[in-house]
Amino acid sequence: MLPAPFAALEEFAPTWCLATEAERWRQRHAGTMAELSAFYDAFFPRLEEAIAYCDGFPLDDLPDDVTNLLRLIYSLVMVSMAVEIFGQPKTIDASDAVLDRVRAPTP
Amino acid sequence: MGRWPKPPEGSWTEHYPGLGTGTISFDDCVSPAFYELEREAIFKRAWLNVGRVEQVPRTGSYFTKNIEIANASIIVVRDTDGIVRAFHNVCRHRGNRLMWNDFPREETEGFCRLFVCKYHGWRYGLDGTLAFIQQESEFFDVDKDANGLVPVHCDIWNGFIFVNLDDEPRQNLREFLGPMITALDDYPFGALTEHYDFEAHNNSNWKLFADAFQEYYHVPSLHPQQIPPAVRSPNMSVECAHFEIDGPHRVVSTAGTRRWDLPPEAMYPIERATRSGLIGPWQSPDLGPLPAGVNPGRVEPIGISNFQIFPNVEILIYGGWFLVYRYWPTSPGTHRFETTLAFHPARNVRERIEHEVAAVVFKEFALQDAGMLGGTQAALETGVVDAFPLSDQELLVRHFHAEVAAWVEQYSREAAGAPA
Repeated sequence: MLPAPFAALEEFAPTWCLATEAERWRQRHAGTMAELSAFYDAFFPRLEEAIAYCDGFPLDDLPDDVTNLLRLIYSLVMVSMAVEIFGQPKTIDASDAVLDRVRAPTP
Repeated sequence: MGRWPKPPEGSWTEHYPGLGTGTISFDDCVSPAFYELEREAIFKRAWLNVGRVEQVPRTGSYFTKNIEIANASIIVVRDTDGIVRAFHNVCRHRGNRLMWNDFPREETEGFCRLFVCKYHGWRYGLDGTLAFIQQESEFFDVDKDANGLVPVHCDIWNGFIFVNLDDEPRQNLREFLGPMITALDDYPFGALTEHYDFEAHNNSNWKLFADAFQEYYHVPSLHPQQIPPAVRSPNMSVECAHFEIDGPHRVVSTAGTRRWDLPPEAMYPIERATRSGLIGPWQSPDLGPLPAGVNPGRVEPIGISNFQIFPNVEILIYGGWFLVYRYWPTSPGTHRFETTLAFHPARNVRERIEHEVAAVVFKEFALQDAGMLGGTQAALETGVVDAFPLSDQELLVRHFHAEVAAWVEQYSREAAGAPA
């Protein structure tokens, strides 16, 4: 699913190459901290490399594998909130609040 | 404390002597009777921002807007002359909701040449005129000219579309906005068209939610995670650099070292890697000279200027991007929260990622406010306490509730027949 230089991350692609924020949000909350940390630990060291790789293509014409890598980056951003900031999948003190992203640019 | 000078009176609050320094009641956030008064006194009288011109880019573009507290659904459309108009979303024939998609009570948007009612096929032009009656000859003297869509007062300020549900607005839009807000006339809101929109149904009165976004005193306590643990310290204080009130509207400006100029441990790794985060992208394209009104207190270095446009809109300007919040009351104890993060159109993948990071971080901390304020609502509804102290940092909370009360009093006086 991913560009060849990122083949080592293929195991995470089926779970985390998600097109929408709502899916990424659900996936983060469906995961255990062990699962989230495994993804984070594997991908974060290569984040800047992945951003630079995607940045080599025009935003409005990304090949499919690059789109997948970008979605993996978005998922890493989502997971970093749990791993770096809250130490749990759920936002601390968010209670039962829900905030739906209803519109956003793509990709 | 004391990093930023206070007005000569000794405090921001005493600079506005009409507000006093005493305790305030939050009964206005729990009382069903007060909610009924707000409906008439505020939401059927004030100019209300319902969207941006980018939502109606060309002739025939339209969207509908629910204003629950006014029992209104409004159609906003760009007509054949390019004018943005607003109408009540009600068919003149049998009162059907005219424009809707899957569910008549939900908002919709789209493009059309005519508004066609789903019920019996009556059609209206984009200027609201009744254009076609199915089987017109079966009717009895229906005057088409007198049966167009019911218009709603509509005007635009710097790309923000406002409506006014009053029969005759007491002020035009610019008079209503006043000098402090119109000092943002030249801010390039229209250049920042990459929008991330959010919606929430929150278990708190609309004013309680607005209150949380017009003071920063709560930030260290409710949002300690905004500061990474390595540099977090207990009892961190917050002091805003400038407060200003103009008519019913308010602004607060923050100041201080920009996040990206702080030592690396003052940022989370994801922020360092993406050069974006809590306060948005570290760098934005040069938008040209910004109007002085963005920084009315001439604060250096300016952080955020947070404008509260009465009654229910907030615009936060971060220099190169902005946020809009709208709080739509749906009952005494609930409201619908809308927000937009607006950036310049990303020119490359890196910039798009910067915007994504800002949108993700924003949601985390907004959820903390929303989660906690359900508790505030529940606690206020106990009615146990009715006198609450406010600090100088909470001047805008004090002013907001006073202003709401003033509009309700004005309405009540007029309704009772007393001279205005």
